[in-house]
Amino acid sequence: MGAPLRAAAPPSTARRHGLRAWLEVVPFLLPGLVLFAIFVAWPLLQGLRISFYHWSIMPGAEQEFAGLANFKRASLDPVVRYTIRNTLLYVIVTVPGQMIFGMLVALLLNAAVFGKTYWRAVYYLPVLTSWVVVAFVFKYLFGGGGSPVNYILKDVLHLLPSYVDWFQQYRTAEVPILVLGIWKGIGWTMVMFLAGLQGISHDLYEAAAIDGASRTQSFWRVTVPLMRPVILFVMVMLTIGAFSVFISVNILTNGAPMNETQVVLSYMYAQGFGFFDFGYGAALAALLGVLIFTISFLQFKFLGVKVEQ
Amino acid sequence: MKLSWPARALLTAVVAAGALVMVIPFLYMVSTALTKYAFTMPFPPRIIPEQPTVEEFVRAWTSNHFALYTFNSLYVAVLTVAGVLFFSSLMAYGFARFEFPGKEVLFRILLFTLMVPDMVALIPMFLVMRNLHLLDSRTGLSLLLISNSTAGNTFFLRQFFQALPRELEEAVRIDGGGRWTIYRHVVIPLSQPALATVAIMTFLAAWDEYFKALILIKDEAVRTLPVAIRLFQQMHGTNWSLVFAASLIAMVPAITFFIFGQKYFISGLTSGGVKG
Repeated sequence: MGAPLRAAAPPSTARRHGLRAWLEVVPFLLPGLVLFAIFVAWPLLQGLRISFYHWSIMPGAEQEFAGLANFKRASLDPVVRYTIRNTLLYVIVTVPGQMIFGMLVALLLNAAVFGKTYWRAVYYLPVLTSWVVVAFVFKYLFGGGGSPVNYILKDVLHLLPSYVDWFQQYRTAEVPILVLGIWKGIGWTMVMFLAGLQGISHDLYEAAAIDGASRTQSFWRVTVPLMRPVILFVMVMLTIGAFSVFISVNILTNGAPMNETQVVLSYMYAQGFGFFDFGYGAALAALLGVLIFTISFLQFKFLGVKVEQ
Repeated sequence: MKLSWPARALLTAVVAAGALVMVIPFLYMVSTALTKYAFTMPFPPRIIPEQPTVEEFVRAWTSNHFALYTFNSLYVAVLTVAGVLFFSSLMAYGFARFEFPGKEVLFRILLFTLMVPDMVALIPMFLVMRNLHLLDSRTGLSLLLISNSTAGNTFFLRQFFQALPRELEEAVRIDGGGRWTIYRHVVIPLSQPALATVAIMTFLAAWDEYFKALILIKDEAVRTLPVAIRLFQQMHGTNWSLVFAASLIAMVPAITFFIFGQKYFISGLTSGGVKG
C-alpha cells in the first residue's frame, strides 16, 4: 500500500523519511539536548536579555527595561577601561608566552632527550592542578618581604636592589597574574605541539638536510608549515581561555589596588554577585562574549583553522 | 634527528632546568605545608623543611568539616562523571552514525557554544538554577556541570566513534541487532580509552569547580572542597602552612590520576580536535 503512494508523492515521502530518521536518533540525542537547551543555550540567550534590563534579583519581581543604559554605563565606567586593558594585556602576553615556551619544550622533548615521558609528565603537572590551588601558591610565592620570589630575585640572583611588594602596585601586581597564566598553560601547549611534531615524517627533515638546510631553516620551512593546523588550533583555544581569565585574578588580587587589576569576568562577578547588579554584570559578560566569539570566528575564518567535521 | 650522546645530555639538562621551574612552586608548597606555622615563614625560604611535621595536615583535616566537604566534592564529581559519560556518549553516537535532517545545523550550534566560555553566562545560569530550585544542591551543581561539558565531550567522542571500524556494526546488524545493541555492545566497549579520558578530565574539572559552586551553594552542609579551601584561606590569611596542607589534601585525586592515569589524558587530549 505504501509503495504506490511513495512513487506518487516524493516530497511528502522525503519528509516522512526525515521523520523516521529523526525518530530513530531522538532517543540518543534528546537527553543531552534537553540539558544543553536548559543549562547552556537558554542562559546564553537569557544573559543577552538581562543586559538590557535593570534586573532585580528578587524572585518574581517585575523587571525594568533599561534599553542601552547598562552598555552606556560600561562605556563611561573607568574600571571597564582597566578591565579591557588588563584582559587584552593578559591575552597578548600569555598566549604567545605559552606558545613559545610550549613549542620550545616540545622541540626539546622531540629531539631525543633522555626520559621524555617523565619530563612530559612534570611539565603537565600545573595543568592538572586546580586554579584555586595554584593561585594560592603564587600568592604565597609573590608575597612581600622575604617571600620565595623576592628571596630568589634579590638574595640569590641579585636582580633586584630591594624586596618588592608585588601586590601593592598595579604594575608589579600584573607580574604574578601573567607569570601564572604562562606557567600553568605550558604543559597543555607542549602536549599538543609534541603530538603535532611526532606526526611529521623524519624523511622530510632528512631531505631538507640533504638540500643543505640548517636546523633553523628546516624549523621554519618544514616544521612550522606542517604544524600550521595544530599551531592555529592551539592559538584559538588559548585565546578563548585567556579572554576568560578569572579565578587567578579573583584570588591573587581581587582587583586591588583600586580595581586596577580587574579583568572583565572578575568585574562581572564583582558587579553581579558583590553588588547584585545583574543587569550591569550581564552587560559586561555580553560584551566579552561577543568579543570572544568575534575573534574566534575571525581566527577560524581567516586563518583557515579547521575543526574536524 | 640523530644526535650524539653529549648533545642529548645537554638538551636533557636544559629540559631538566625548565622542569625545575615547573616544580619549584609545588616544592615550596609541600615544604610550607610540612612546616609548623609560627606566625612568620622561615627565612630564607626553604625547600626542605628544617623539622618536617604533618601537624598542619592533621589540623586542616580535623578543624574544619573537611571530611564532609571531601565527601560533597566526591559526590558531585562522581555524579558528574556518570552523567557526562551517559549523555555525551549517547549524543556522540547519534551524531557519529545517524543521518537525519538538520544534523549539520544542530552540530554547529553545539560547536558555537564551545567558542564562548560558559563563565559569561554565570548570572543567567544562577537564575535558571534558582528558578528550578536547584540552589544549595549537590545534584543541581552536578547537573549544571554535566550540561556545560556536554557539547565539548560530544564533539570529542563523536570523532572517536566515527573512527571505529564499521564491520563490527554490520556484523551485529546481520545478527539482527539494532542501534542499541551496537551502542552497548560495540561502540562503548571499543571506546574505553576515549571514555576513560573523558572520565578523568571530567572528574578533575568537577572536583576543582570553583565559581559555579561558589554562587550556587551557600549551605555549609553541601559545600564542596574548593570553596571550603578558599574560605579557609580567607579566614587564615597568612597561615600558608595550614592553607597548603588543606590544598594538598584536595589535590589527592589530581596526583593519583597524574601518577596512574597519564596515558589516558595525554593520548586522549591530542587525539581530538585538529585536522590538516
